Amino acid sequence: MSDLHSHNTLAFVRSEMLAEQAPPTSQIGAVRWMRENLFSGWLNSTLTVLSVLFIYLLVTHIGPWFLHAMWNADSLRECRDILAANYGEGATGACFGVIRDRWHQLLFGFYPQDLYWRPVLAMVLMLVALAPVLFSWVPRKMMWFSLIYPGVAFWLLWGGSIWFPVMALAGFVVAAVVYRLVLPVSTLVASIAAGLAPVFWWLFLSGPIARVLTGIVPIGLEPVTSDQFGGFTLSIVIGVSGVAMSLPIGILLALGRQSDMFLVKTICVGFIEFIRGVPLITLLFTASLLLNYFLPPGTNFDIILRVIIMVTLFAAAYQAETIRGGLAALPRGQYEAADALGLDYWRAQRLIIMPQALKISIPGIVGNFIALFKDTTLVVFIGLLDPIGLSNAIRADTDWNGVYWELFLFIGAMFWIVTFSMSRYSQYLERKLRTDHR
Amino acid sequence: MALTADIPKGNFRLSMLLYDTRYRSITIQVVFLMLFMAGAAWLVDNAVQNLHNLGKDFNYSFLGSRAGYDINQTFIQYNSNSTHARAMLVGLLNTIFVSVLACALATVLGVIAGVLRLSKNWVVAKLMTVYVETFRNVPVLLWIILIFAVMTESTPAPNAFRGETPTASMSLFDSIAVTNRGVYIPEPVFSNSLGNIDIGIFLISNDLLAILAVLIASIYVNRLILRNATAVQYATGIRPVTWWKSVLVLVVPVIVLLFALGFHVIKPELKGFNFQGGIQMRNSLISLWLALSIYTGAFIAENVRAGILAVSKGQTEAASALGLRPSRTMKLVILPQALRVIVPPLISQYLNITKNSSLAIAVGYMDLRSTLGGITLNQTGRELEAMLLMMLIYLILSLMISSAMNLYNRSVKMKER
Repeated sequence: MSDLHSHNTLAFVRSEMLAEQAPPTSQIGAVRWMRENLFSGWLNSTLTVLSVLFIYLLVTHIGPWFLHAMWNADSLRECRDILAANYGEGATGACFGVIRDRWHQLLFGFYPQDLYWRPVLAMVLMLVALAPVLFSWVPRKMMWFSLIYPGVAFWLLWGGSIWFPVMALAGFVVAAVVYRLVLPVSTLVASIAAGLAPVFWWLFLSGPIARVLTGIVPIGLEPVTSDQFGGFTLSIVIGVSGVAMSLPIGILLALGRQSDMFLVKTICVGFIEFIRGVPLITLLFTASLLLNYFLPPGTNFDIILRVIIMVTLFAAAYQAETIRGGLAALPRGQYEAADALGLDYWRAQRLIIMPQALKISIPGIVGNFIALFKDTTLVVFIGLLDPIGLSNAIRADTDWNGVYWELFLFIGAMFWIVTFSMSRYSQYLERKLRTDHR
Repeated sequence: MALTADIPKGNFRLSMLLYDTRYRSITIQVVFLMLFMAGAAWLVDNAVQNLHNLGKDFNYSFLGSRAGYDINQTFIQYNSNSTHARAMLVGLLNTIFVSVLACALATVLGVIAGVLRLSKNWVVAKLMTVYVETFRNVPVLLWIILIFAVMTESTPAPNAFRGETPTASMSLFDSIAVTNRGVYIPEPVFSNSLGNIDIGIFLISNDLLAILAVLIASIYVNRLILRNATAVQYATGIRPVTWWKSVLVLVVPVIVLLFALGFHVIKPELKGFNFQGGIQMRNSLISLWLALSIYTGAFIAENVRAGILAVSKGQTEAASALGLRPSRTMKLVILPQALRVIVPPLISQYLNITKNSSLAIAVGYMDLRSTLGGITLNQTGRELEAMLLMMLIYLILSLMISSAMNLYNRSVKMKER
């Protein structure tokens, strides 16, 4: 071949290789990407143009509003005056002064100002208590703190003598001790005794003992009443308690609904369908208007507690349906395998069925948590001052009459941060727990 | 022989109620039922005692007495002399009205956003992601109040439309006025109206009945035409051109009827201090409608996206291997399978819209909760009766929607043999 080339005298035959040419500009880099992704057809091009136009309009409308943001004004009128002076008549600008002026209300409601460290500390400790629950790399020992956290949080938020939450937590210790003591007699008797003992403790013993102890060792914080709660503190208190309690109740309801026992099943189905069939707001009205009808005459308990109970029951019914979906998705063979191993009902549920069913239903469960947290805003209708209730109050104030974007932006952003991080966490958990082959 | 003798018979011991799996479930159920009954009896007993202490009784006779309040949006005859029961019915119709409007708009928004979020167009897909993540992560109550605030505070008052140089103007050929008192839209009227039928509870417009009858007849005839075309296609292999027949049958009769009834629209006009004529859509209705639709639309978008992703790519490839055109692939292969995944969560979103419409309380829309559970409850002081009745009505609405879902599920269930 080389021989042939060397003797070649024809002018048009090239004897050396050409250097590789760059691809046409329409086939590389940004141009190609845009052709493929943005302008691949007339429909796509129209959509792109429309979207860009929409974004442009949005930016040109919101941009100046943000750029002219005014943080130091004490009323809407003052803010508008400063804006008009700085940027000319009719200039728009965000009056974030309302946030600077009222942020403490939006976050803490009417909680006493000098005690703000308590909800803040409770919030920080909540993150500490959540860490071992949420992430497996956190030392397991910290779980003990998570277990006593409800008592700690209650004491920090509501104040009063430390002995009441301590005695309430001691109920669980009582249950454990009674179980240990009675276990030699019979497992069944021990379980029943362990169930009844703390109830007896809470009803008759814990109160007097706590009072006596308070008399001897008066450790306590300044009490704060429930009507001083508000803002995001209230949303988080209701939301977190609802989340923590709705999952176990939901699991029990789901198991009841799947049960072979006719009566148990009927009652669970009735409860779930009833709760899911009515709006949450009617349940909240029930809590505020009707609960007094259904309790012994003269009882009157805390409105926040009532709301937490209703929100928990509401969320539990939804959790039950989600978990039932997970249980139904589990192959029949898993149940049979558990039976074949000779596991009893609760062991089979705890070791084989629930871990898998809960894993399947993670997205739904977290979705319910998010819905619950958003639904805490509904308490405004029964007179509790959550962020939205406070925003109504602030807008009714003469200083800030007529302000809404700034307030709602702030409230929306706070909710968004919490709910969005919850949904991100659920995605992380799904990835972490995925055991199939990839 | 020995086997049968081994089974213990007749020697039932009490401990078997606990340790024998044959009897244990009965024991548990009996205990459970007893606890449940005891709890229920306790609640009822407390309620009876509390009612007695308050000097109240439990009856629904208040439903028959005069309501004495006005409702600003009524679909049936109502005035302040009507009964509480009628006020309740008006409220129920308002609840259903806003729910239906919101379901329709939410479906449209959700389907568009869900499909576009899967689009290969980067800008559009990201824009839809932002829409979905923003709207579904913020409480719907906030959206309702925000839209209400925008509608009442940043729209012009009616008198801004007046004068030589009005600062506001009506849109769409002077037919729609957006004011801080609501949106005024043209009202369709019939100058040769056929009147109404009174069926006792409410009036039914004969005009609407006539239009409905003509529409149903047209659709039926159109079906016949299409069926005939298919028969011809099977017989000869050539499908006759039918589109002009369909248009003729579907459109012309209705237009003729509307013309005969003297159909025309009355545009809203500024008279005095307010707009007259046309239909006023109150801000409460608009904000509730838009907020529910945009919020739920974000959820529906996710359902639609999940449904489309659930149909595996092999289905599309198999369809094109069979020689189906893309449009037919979509219609015959993808959609039926995707809808099976999409529709059940879609209907439960409809359920959520219906229940969330009770947030009307935030903007003062007169729905079931505001009439029966609001003014009626406060006027008569019958919390127990009113709340129970309201819960029952919502429960019935929900059960109706979910039984529709069950019917659909049964009809599209995969036939596994």
